[in-house]
Parts: sequence; C-alpha cells; structure tokens
Amino acid sequence: MSTLCEALAAIVGPEYVSDRPEELYIYSMDPGTMPACLPDAVVLPDTTEQVCRIMELANQRKVPVVPLGAGLVLSGLSRPLRGGIVVDMKRMNRVIEVNPMSRYALVEAGTSQGMLQAYLKKHHPQLKHSCPDAPPAATVAGNVSIHGSGHLSLVGGFHSDMLNGLEVVLPTGKLVRIGSCSASPYWFARAPLPDLAGLFLGWAGTTGIITRLAIKLYPNHRFNDVDIFVCEDPELMPDVMYRLSGTQIGEDMTAWMSPKPDWARGFLHCNISYGAGSKEELIWKRNLIRASVRPIIDRKTGGFMPLPKAMKHPFLEVPGRTLSRFADVRKGGGFEYVGAIMPVDLFADAYRIGLEIAADLRVSYSLGARVIGANHCMMFFFAYAFNRADPQDVKQAQNALARTNQRVIAIGAIPWKAEAPAQKEIIGRMDPGAFDLIQAIRKVLDPQGIMNPGNWEIN
Amino acid sequence: MRHADILHRCFRCGYCKLPGNYADFNCPAYLERRFETYSPGGRMWLIRAWLEGRIKTSPRLQDILFSCTACGNCVEQCTLANIKDQLLMAFTAGKEQLLAGGAVPPAVRDCLERLQKYGNPYGVARRKRADWAVSTAVAAFAGQDHLFWVGDEGAYDPRGQQIARSVAGLMARLGVSFGILGADEVSDGNEAKAMGEYDLFEELAATNTAAFAAAGAGSIIALSPHGFNALKNDYPKSGGALAVQHYTQVVAARMAKARFRDDGPAQTVTYHDSCYLGRHNKEYWSARKVLAAVPGLKLVEMERNLQNALCCGGGGGNLVTGILGSGADAAARVRVREAVATGAQVLAVACPTCAIMFEEAVKQEKLEGCLQVREISEIVAERMA
Repeated sequence: MSTLCEALAAIVGPEYVSDRPEELYIYSMDPGTMPACLPDAVVLPDTTEQVCRIMELANQRKVPVVPLGAGLVLSGLSRPLRGGIVVDMKRMNRVIEVNPMSRYALVEAGTSQGMLQAYLKKHHPQLKHSCPDAPPAATVAGNVSIHGSGHLSLVGGFHSDMLNGLEVVLPTGKLVRIGSCSASPYWFARAPLPDLAGLFLGWAGTTGIITRLAIKLYPNHRFNDVDIFVCEDPELMPDVMYRLSGTQIGEDMTAWMSPKPDWARGFLHCNISYGAGSKEELIWKRNLIRASVRPIIDRKTGGFMPLPKAMKHPFLEVPGRTLSRFADVRKGGGFEYVGAIMPVDLFADAYRIGLEIAADLRVSYSLGARVIGANHCMMFFFAYAFNRADPQDVKQAQNALARTNQRVIAIGAIPWKAEAPAQKEIIGRMDPGAFDLIQAIRKVLDPQGIMNPGNWEIN
Repeated sequence: MRHADILHRCFRCGYCKLPGNYADFNCPAYLERRFETYSPGGRMWLIRAWLEGRIKTSPRLQDILFSCTACGNCVEQCTLANIKDQLLMAFTAGKEQLLAGGAVPPAVRDCLERLQKYGNPYGVARRKRADWAVSTAVAAFAGQDHLFWVGDEGAYDPRGQQIARSVAGLMARLGVSFGILGADEVSDGNEAKAMGEYDLFEELAATNTAAFAAAGAGSIIALSPHGFNALKNDYPKSGGALAVQHYTQVVAARMAKARFRDDGPAQTVTYHDSCYLGRHNKEYWSARKVLAAVPGLKLVEMERNLQNALCCGGGGGNLVTGILGSGADAAARVRVREAVATGAQVLAVACPTCAIMFEEAVKQEKLEGCLQVREISEIVAERMA
C-alpha cells in the first residue's frame, strides 16, 4: 500500500500535498489560544472530484479529515485534534454563477469574502453579500457553516439563513446536492424540499466537506450612512436595539463597548448602518431611525453621537480593516473571543460579565454585540487580546475565554463556534435527546468516525 | 536575528496575501504554492518557530524563505502600522540567518558565489560588462551629465541588453548626456541584499561607490528599478550618496521634445508597475506619462495596478535562482493572462527583469499571437519621427 502522501499525491499532484514539518506546524494551529495538534498531511484539492477521492481514501484507511477555509475561526475548530488530513480548500475559489435577478451567487467553498466582494463590485455593482467582521481572506463557506453573521444580518439573519443550497462531499466520498439545486438547475432556495442543509451547519466540519454553496445577495445601495447611538446604561440597550431594529431600515446594527480610545470608555455605542438609492431616501430613513428612539433622547438618557462625515468611513468600511489591529493591542499578535448567541434581553448581564472577567483577570478586552434579524437574538462578543510571545499572557486569555464560556452558558446563552472544551460545556446543558440524535446522525453519515473527530463529542 | 521582535506580532489575518480590492492572491509565492507556509504570515510564524527550535533547518524552509520575491505587497497591505515596514526586513533577516548557517538552496548558493566571484549573477567575466554597447554610440563615462547605470540584466542577459541599447538610444535622441562605467562597475547588489547577503551587498556597494568617486559621477540614471532602488535608498547608508533617477523619470521630463510619426498603428497598451519602482519607491506615474504622450496608443489598466500590482515573480533573486516560476499559477503567467484580459496587445514594462519574466510567461501561456511584451523606450522609439 502506498503511503498516505503518495496516495494523496496521486489525486491532487505531488506539489499540493505535504507532510513536511513546516506545513504540519503551520496547519496545527490557528491564531487563537487553543493548543496545537499536528496533522499527518495537508492536501490542497482543486476540484470537487478530487475532494470525493480524498474522502474515499480517508474513509478506506480510516484517517481523520479536517476541512479548512482561511483558518480564521480563532477557536481552533480546524485543528486536527486526532491528526489526519487537513484539507485546505482555498484552491477551489471560483465564483461559478451570479443570478442577478434572483439575487444569489454560487461559489466554490474556498472563495474568500474578499474575492466575492471584488467580483460583485466588478461584474454586479448593484449587488452585495453579507461580509462578516473577519479579514477578507475568510471564506464564504467557512463562515456560513459556523452560523456566522455580518453586515447584512439585521436584514437577513445569520449567514446560514442566507444559504440557498450546498454541494457536499460526505465522509464516505459520496457527493450530494442540497436545496433547490438537487431538483433544479437553479440554486434559488432551500425550500420547499426537506431541508438537509442543517446537517452541515454548526457541526464544526464533522459531517462532510462543503465544496460549493449558493448564498443570497442584496441590493448594494449607492448612498450609505451610519448613525451611532450612545448611552451609559446597559439596561437601556435592549430597548434601543428593539426600537432601532423595529424600523426595518438598518442593514447592520452592532453595539460596542471598549476602553480604547479614551473618549469611548464607559459609554455604550450602538451603530446602525443603512443605505438608500438616493440622498432623499437616505435622509428619510435617517429621520425614521432617529424618530424611533426619540422617547429615549427626550428623557436625556441617550442620544446620537455627532460624527463628521470623514469619521464615518471606518464604521462603513466592509470588512473593517481596523478590526485586525485589536490583535496588536498587547503588541503580541493575538486575540480570541467568545461570541455568545443569546436573546437581546441578556445584554446588560453579558456586559457585566465581560467587565468583571476583564477586571478580575486584567486582560485587554473589547465587548460588543451584533443584532441578528429584527432583534431576534444577538451575537455578544467578549474579545481578549494577548501577547503570543508570553505564555502567561496566552494562559490568562485562555482563562478569560473559558470563564466567559461558563458564565454565558449559565445565563442562557450559547457560545458560537465553540472551542472543543466549550462544546463539552454546551453538551452538558443540552437536551440528551438532541445530543443522542446528533451522535446517531454522525454515525449514519460517517460510519468510520473520520470527520473532524474530537468535536461535538463527550470524550 | 534582526527584527525577531516583530515575528510574534503577526496575527496571520491574511491581508498580506491580497491586493487592496481582495480580488485574488497577490503574494507571488503564495499564489504559486498555495500552502499557508508560503504566505507572509506563514513565514513570520515559521521563522519564529525556527528561531525557537520548534522547526529545524531544512530544504523546505529554505525554499519557503527564498521564494519571497521581496515585492512588498505584504508591506503595502498589512494592517499593523507599527510592524508593517519591517516585514520584508524580517524575511530578509531570516534568509541572512540561513546563510550564516550555510543552509541555502543550491541555486541561491550558486548565484551568490557568482556574484562574489564575477560581480554579477550570470558568472560572466567582468570585462564583458560593456559588450552590450559595442556597435552603439554609447560612450564611456567622462564627465557627462549623467552616469547610465545598466545593471546586471542590461549588461549580460540578451533581452536585457536589447533593452539597455534601446533606452540608451532613446535618451540620446532626447538629448540626454550620459556615459557608462562598463567594466568598472559590478552588480549594484540589490538582489544580494534581498537574498540576505548583507556583507556581499556592502562589498559590491563599496566597489561601485569607489568607481563613482573615481569617475567623478554625481548623477545616475538607472536602467533597472532594482538598481534604482539600491542606489537611491541603500547606497547613501553605505556612503554613496548620489542623485539617482530611473530612466522613465528622465524620459518623462523630456517627452515634450519628442517628435512622433503620424502613421503609427493604433495599439492598446497596458502598463505593469515594477515592484521596485512602484511599491518600493512610489514611482507610479512617469512611465504612464511617457506612454500617454505617444500618439496612437490607448493606455488601459489591469485590474491590479499601482500599489496593488502583481509582481512578475523575478525579484529577490528569483529571476536567476528560479525558485519560483513553475506552473499555471506562477505570478508572471497569471499577470500576462491579466494583461490579455484588458484587451491590450502590448504589455509595457520599465524593468528588464519584468520583461524577461513576462516574455517567458507569454510563451508558456501560448499568447505570442495576441500579446507582445515591450519595454517603454522600445514603444516610444519606434513611433518617433
């Protein structure tokens, strides 16, 4: 029998397979705090057919497989916890089709947010997709598969809600199409068929490898603006968000609370961005947004921050380049966050948890929340910066993250893209029937247990 | 190692791999190899792991470090203002560290040995350095206004020699007073430095600086952007402060004197920004001004232009070492496809390295029938009256 690398090289070509120490090292970790786990090999497929053959090989040899996009999840989901093959999908980065009238794009799984954004700007400037607050190298498929959110989530919900269909290679190597594309040449929706997409969303790559996906696109307005509502009382924020989102005008709404810059310390900010086809429409929308929180403004408990036009650019830039700079707060290139999905009602509790943990552990922090849908829930993030050259500092950030996971689960939130240890905490609270069903489904889809093992497991 | 203090500050966010509009990969090494190890962020983390003993010296590590073309895209795109200017220096310091341990790819070793022994990376005798000018009217430097710095490619590579003759001819027609040092010059050392051989660079710079002084040269016109970069930015630190211009700057300033035929065919031209003119020295417009002044030319831009231009893949010694440059994702092949996509019939360059890389790529892509690679002076001269 050939070695694993020889067999993989026969599929993708020798130049796109490696078991050299350099690749094994780099692919053993992500930029977050989770410890490294060495793979046995790294492979870079270029086609769906190659992915099928890789999966068949892995299934035959019972070798673990870990799919990888840009590796920017930060919580270590793409670390090969039990070794095996890391399948780096970024060579498969073609934009296959855009249907402008039905407003969807079909892309390969390695397509980055930036590439799709640039493609739309060039070929379909009237359209845009929802970008997460991640660097542009992050992949569309990776973010959809973890239930990400982004700058159109006030309109469209989670990025997984914006999914129209999937092409997936199952752990056995079998190829399946899900959604309208399973019965039609078009990728317009998941309805009205039995919705199988859920088998691959939120599973941390334990059920298959996405090779293609179609996502919803939205109007790219010519005129855009952002307003920032400011107050000092965290108890007030759910009502602010409720009122602002109730206008159904905003595209994105994010709260942010940070000790830096100095002028922001102690204040709670809520950005609402919106677009329009004309200046008149933009003014009309602005007036409606402002009217929605008029009672709060009249009570003098909050108001809109005066913001010169020039200062609005960083708040309207998608993706925001300034976000990556948080990694250098401690001059150490690191940050990780707990993104806890929770009802908006829990805002004040979450805020206090963040402040308490940051003060107690003396970690550099940034807190915030993105509203999903019409205030249906929010992703509250607790970001902690660390210096990766200082093991103690890394440990302290790990402690802060672990403690945050425990505290938010205790108040009824669920950590998003949870680290393997946090997954176990969630499982501990999960309805046993639901967990049993998860395991039963995995066993059917992945009889050899090769897909990203170590995730969504008790042991 | 120099700049080791910034290695851990890279988050590996990946901006460094992309152009400003994020449309495609813009790091030549990553574009071709596609392993994260070949990205600038991957290099940062690998060098750190290597210095801390978690990765051993290996041919793969050497390949990863020496595949960097020093194009500067990572510096341009990095979001961390406090470290971005040191990225390339850190990669070069990594190469220097490998060199100190005698662990470099054979092609790099051979290239550096030839530079040491012959004063050029081609291993040709120094006395032949002015052969390109035989049968031309180009004179030895003897107090003319400018010294024409031809560089290694212009002196020894057959295509580079054509370009040197063309540029010299155009400058003469535009009334520029210049002469050459010929056998008195050695490599400017730009690539030696980019490969981490600082000592050799200093040696070469000292030899040339002494030759400039002996000849009484005060102003230099460089043919290659690589030489332009070294002479303008690095030689002053080595005691060789002279006024340095790239030839496109000199030509652009004299275009008003140029007289053109009115029967030149209409052509669509796209211009490729050389990394050492553009990103390294922020000189984006002289070549464009020259082309815009030529009747009958329509100048169109590639999607990646100015500070977002995709490198030809020849920098950092790669023109000679050939560490990069294979396969359909080789930067030069991607770039000529991008040029064709503009509808241009001519890919204009202002750098002999770029010309050599792209002409080979045009052959590999079988685009000879639809795209010509022309150096700026060639385009101008053939249309002059």
